[in-house]
Amino acid sequence: MPLIFTEEQNMLRYSARDFMADKAPVSQLRQLRDTKDPIGFSKVVYQNFVDMGFTGVLVPEEFGGTGLGHVEAGIVMEQIGHHLTQSPFLASSIAAVTALLQAGTVAQQKTWLPGLASGAAIATIAIDEKSKHRPTQIALRATPTETGYTLNGAKTFVLNGHVADILIVAARRAGDAGDSEGITLFVLDARAQGVEIERTVMVDSQNAARITFKEVQVGIGAVLGPVDAGWKTLNAALDAARAAAAAELLGLADEVFDRTLKYLKERKQFGRLIGEFQALQHRAALIYCELEITRSLVIHAQQQLDASADEASRAVSMAKARAGRTATLAVQEAVQMHGGIGMTDELEIGFFMKRARVLNELFGDVNFHLDQLASQHGY
Amino acid sequence: MCNLNETDDFRAATRAWLETNCPAEMRSPMKSDGDICWGGRNWKYSSDAQRLWLQRMAHRGWTVPTWPKEYGGGGLSRLEANVLAQEMAYLGCRPPLTNFGISMLGPTLFKFGTSEQKSEHLPKIARGEIRWCQGYSEPNSGSDLASLTTFAQDYGDHFIVNGQKIWTSYADQSDWIFCLVRTDKANKHNGISFVLCDMRTAGVSTKPIMLISGNSPFCETFFDNVRVEKNNLIGTLNAGWNVAKYLLTQERDMIGAMGEESAPPSVSQTAKAKVGLDPQNRLEDAQLRAQIAEFDLDEAAFRLTLERVGDMQRLEKAHAAMSSMLKYYGAELNKRRWELLMTCGGIDELEWESKKSQQGFVARSWLRSKGNSIEGGTSEVQLNVIAKRILELPGA
Repeated sequence: MPLIFTEEQNMLRYSARDFMADKAPVSQLRQLRDTKDPIGFSKVVYQNFVDMGFTGVLVPEEFGGTGLGHVEAGIVMEQIGHHLTQSPFLASSIAAVTALLQAGTVAQQKTWLPGLASGAAIATIAIDEKSKHRPTQIALRATPTETGYTLNGAKTFVLNGHVADILIVAARRAGDAGDSEGITLFVLDARAQGVEIERTVMVDSQNAARITFKEVQVGIGAVLGPVDAGWKTLNAALDAARAAAAAELLGLADEVFDRTLKYLKERKQFGRLIGEFQALQHRAALIYCELEITRSLVIHAQQQLDASADEASRAVSMAKARAGRTATLAVQEAVQMHGGIGMTDELEIGFFMKRARVLNELFGDVNFHLDQLASQHGY
Repeated sequence: MCNLNETDDFRAATRAWLETNCPAEMRSPMKSDGDICWGGRNWKYSSDAQRLWLQRMAHRGWTVPTWPKEYGGGGLSRLEANVLAQEMAYLGCRPPLTNFGISMLGPTLFKFGTSEQKSEHLPKIARGEIRWCQGYSEPNSGSDLASLTTFAQDYGDHFIVNGQKIWTSYADQSDWIFCLVRTDKANKHNGISFVLCDMRTAGVSTKPIMLISGNSPFCETFFDNVRVEKNNLIGTLNAGWNVAKYLLTQERDMIGAMGEESAPPSVSQTAKAKVGLDPQNRLEDAQLRAQIAEFDLDEAAFRLTLERVGDMQRLEKAHAAMSSMLKYYGAELNKRRWELLMTCGGIDELEWESKKSQQGFVARSWLRSKGNSIEGGTSEVQLNVIAKRILELPGA
């Protein structure tokens, strides 16, 4: 398959770009931050996401979506990266939807998917428990009861957990932390008794939550996928989210690089445009190369996910690792090349640096994914 | 869009033909550059299989699949040529012919040559009858190539050329040379012409240069009152710089894609064999493991990028200077590969002449790879090209 967008995909890209530039630019994030907005994103913008079909991008038509795919989801994510648009899109429309599609019963899919596509409900996935992403280390306990399970434990870095109606929780029914077996997924109402949600505003002014589960009772119907064998579904959801994060990283790296190039062509020192200095030209050329080479991995990963290829997980790890590395380079060089003004809150460059840091950490940093790749290659 | 059925038919027919006509010996991986078939007047085939394979492919025009049939090509569409390449890869067929005529001069003649020049030279390239070399660099004109001074004095119907070229790949084994000569001393870029010259002409001589690898793939080439007929001028007089630039993008594509022909050893496989795994099946050397993972990531990304830029070129959506990116990154990546292979091999690869080290194969390849970021425009020149032509930075 050619590693380029089709005409239809380009159309989607243009409309997503124009919409976000107009209705959800970086200045909106600043405003949400400065006004300490109670939910941290614009409901109007999210409704627009619904109207434009974004929220149903992975949801089959029978459940009210458009049934497109990961390439299209990635196109939206890339534009989100360009404009740092706030929304529960990644958590709800990509990660949670993928988990439900992968392992949900028809009844579960009928119950949850139409609401996620229509924006009536927001879902998220609750995976991480410690300071680094280590999915085999899941320790939140699921103890069988007569009617279902009791959940006890805590999750952190739950994206948009503060506004979620539905939680998809990775729990351990058997085995010990470190085992990939024994993990079971649950889908439950975020307002269930014993669920305590603490909003955690992150360094990038976006939102996550720390969620504790104290004797939370769930029925058998809350089990998502096979008991003790939730690893596969968990990874499908994570891989979809990782590919999405890679696309957002690519978009934000593209954006900061464009802004940096523009600055190199207007800022003067020593009587010359600073873009005339070879010390900066070569570094700019290097960032260009890194961006173009990473771009190939991102679209490749999305195509592999759409094809449900055996290699998809590896392709996603490659994309996430390299997008993280490239974006880190782009934001650091952006601040450095902007000089003093790059350090100010007034300039928007800092917002991109902060977002890149969070996305890098999300669902496995560069080192995590490089380790995965080495292991998959047998070394 | 293509007609899928037609493509399937072409694929099946191609596979069947290759299976019948590609000798078994030509279906094993090339072990080193010594297995490449360069062709030319003085070519000594390494085996009957190599000769037969070239003859059969040349007869079909598949040494240059996309060239028109009238010039010895296969007349295939890009799509069919891709299918042919895929089927050759699938069956492990070696390239029947490698030649700077195919990769560099041919495309240039198609763009700038007269019909006489095309008819004279292209079929001989396609059949592997003439081996070409490139005379660009001079002792005092490296990165600043346009400062070249080899002078061609105009005598109406011919030139008399005097001067010296350097870094001429395989000049001592080549039949003809395409080179840049100065035809106007008053104009730097607009005083250069692109000419072709038979290496048998009186006054042409070559001298191999021994490299740090101990091998001599490059020569110095001397021109001492060499007569070059005017019909060997490509493009117009004093407009050779444009021809040269076009040809350089072809060369950059080729160097950027290097390692495609004789596949280098796998770094991770070598590391497993030489360094060993711990009980968790991880490389004993944790630092090396991390470095190899980074390398594998970048190599996979680069291969996909070659593919993607190819896809963009087919739709005419690629910036022409993207070849500088491929040249830059491919060269740097290859240097990393051989550094890692040396590290993996440790003491074993330090043996320069032993049978065990295959006469220092890895060490010599490691040393040779250092030239990748110098030849065909240094890495620094590629970054300049990207800054100027793609990023449009000022004053570059």
